[in-house]
Amino acid sequence: MGNILTLAQKELRAYFVSPIAYVLLVFFALLFGYFYVSSINFMVQLSMGQFGMGGPQIININEFMIRPLFGNTAVILLFMLPMLTMRSFAEEKRSGTIELLLTSPLTDFQIILGKFLGAMALYTLMLSLTLVHIGVLFWYGEPEWAPVLSGYLGLLLMGGSFISIGLAISSMTKNQIVAGVSTFAVLLLFWIINWMGDASGTMTQSVLAYLSILEHLDDFSKGVIDTTHVTYYVSFITLGLFLTAKSMDMARWNG
Amino acid sequence: MIDVQHVTKRYGPLTAVDDLSFRVERGEILGFLGPNGAGKTTTMRILTGYLPATEGRVQVAGFDVFEQPIEAKRRTGYLPETPPLYPEMTVDEYLQFVARIKGVPASDRQAQIGSAMERTSIADMGDRYCGRLSKGYRQRVGLAQAILHNPDVLILDEPTAGLDPRQIIETRKLITDLAGDHTVILSTHILPEVSQTCQRVVIINRGRVVAVDTPDNLTARLQGSQTLYLQVDTQGADPLPALEGVAGVLSVTVADKRDGVGGYQVESGSGDDIRRELSRTVVTNGWGLLELRPQQMSLEDIFLQLTTEDAPADTLAADAGTGDDADEANTEDRTDG
Ligand SMILES: Nc1ncnc2c1ncn2[C@@H]1O[C@H](COP(=O)(O)OP(=O)(O)O)[C@@H](O)[C@H]1O
Ligand SMILES: [Mg+2]
Repeated sequence: MGNILTLAQKELRAYFVSPIAYVLLVFFALLFGYFYVSSINFMVQLSMGQFGMGGPQIININEFMIRPLFGNTAVILLFMLPMLTMRSFAEEKRSGTIELLLTSPLTDFQIILGKFLGAMALYTLMLSLTLVHIGVLFWYGEPEWAPVLSGYLGLLLMGGSFISIGLAISSMTKNQIVAGVSTFAVLLLFWIINWMGDASGTMTQSVLAYLSILEHLDDFSKGVIDTTHVTYYVSFITLGLFLTAKSMDMARWNG
Repeated sequence: MIDVQHVTKRYGPLTAVDDLSFRVERGEILGFLGPNGAGKTTTMRILTGYLPATEGRVQVAGFDVFEQPIEAKRRTGYLPETPPLYPEMTVDEYLQFVARIKGVPASDRQAQIGSAMERTSIADMGDRYCGRLSKGYRQRVGLAQAILHNPDVLILDEPTAGLDPRQIIETRKLITDLAGDHTVILSTHILPEVSQTCQRVVIINRGRVVAVDTPDNLTARLQGSQTLYLQVDTQGADPLPALEGVAGVLSVTVADKRDGVGGYQVESGSGDDIRRELSRTVVTNGWGLLELRPQQMSLEDIFLQLTTEDAPADTLAADAGTGDDADEANTEDRTDG
């Protein structure tokens, strides 16, 4: 456990001494802020009855603001999290520092988990920036807090899935750009996979919809913690970490 | 301390290391000598547990590096060909990190780091970023990293490559100092390196052991014939016929010649000492004997001979005592899985 924390700490430090952590934090805050403001505008117009529904009315903040906002956050993350994981293994392989890790008394499991937790820590920090925006909504309005909490849980699980896939792909190459682009492409595929299902039969469609990585988020921000969705994300994370371990092992045998 | 038995490593169709066996005893410095591509780095990576061998087994400090990697790695310090530094860390931060992952207990950490920095002369470099260090300092930080946890075994891949002459001398001295309580294997493709620091040399070429011996023995062993250098003042006369007539002389070649003074290389069979006969011949002819000394074959010559000629190489490898016959029976072949 001590080793895992040492490694996680080293990862987190590496993010903050290079510009990457700041770039991610700033752009995440900007993009989230943009979606936040535009959804507030939308809500204000809605509540003023500008859509011909006859006079001002009470709007459900959770339904009309927070839920779409979390959906948009998922899309931002799809673009940004690959940048967070692309360096992890690729750069160590390129610079040769992986030789230090792999000849130290550490298990692969510790190395992988250390990198995963380091990335998760930075991601959690990114998410925590949005607490300010959401807090403002609590200040001025009266949203329910349960869907907000479960929504954050959903985002953490989904981001964890993105990160674990990113680690797996980063461990397959020495080139961090290749790792970043491939991770993005794979995540994109998992996002749009259910669109392909639209034209096909219901059975295929439901399978593809199940696989789609963003599909599982919505229920969380409705305040429902469904075991199906939790299982999906946890399996996804486990699979990603398992693939990373496999890829490290293969790299070892192939030299 | 280190026991390598029948290790083979294949990268696809390429056999980088071919049935390699040798042992290193406690406190010994073993030089691993071979041209580029000989398989030195591959062998060291196998010894450190970075790469699994395709076949054969390796024990470090009594632990099989494949079966008990954590135990073996705890006792091994390794300086790879490129020092594995994190550019964004300062030297202090880096050594702190290494001390933690090497399992140095918190109470000893500061002391161990301090002593490693002292020994590698980087005590005043703690605040520098690893990414901004010169080649010489990178190498030293790499060495400090390798000795930090006081390992039984030190494996150094070309520790002096790319250093300037002064740094090379310092590094060699450091390695010799370390040998007391550590067992050291260092690789190099530069010959003087091994004759100056190592007690024993393993010469490999194309993945195979060509010779194992002390630098001195190696020189002696390889000299199937002896060469003497002889300088005489013959006042213009040609000494060749007289010299070739001396019993035991195989050949005489002119090495240098000026103002009636000639230098000759006289080759004789390895067992015969012809110096007395030779000097008598010179004196009885009335010439002046200016110099007579045995010519040592340099490691350079040996190396060239070993890696270009197959015949003497095989004989040497056979009686150099590489393979351990008793262990042959329990050597398991390991294949990819
Ligand atoms: N990862 C690898 N994949 C394929 N071939 C390799 C790999 N590493 C080394 N080799 C090959 O194995 C041989 C031995 O290389 P190496 O151990 O690096 O030699 P040295 O360190 O003595 O220069 C070389 O022919 C090299 O090209
Ligand atoms: Mg090498």
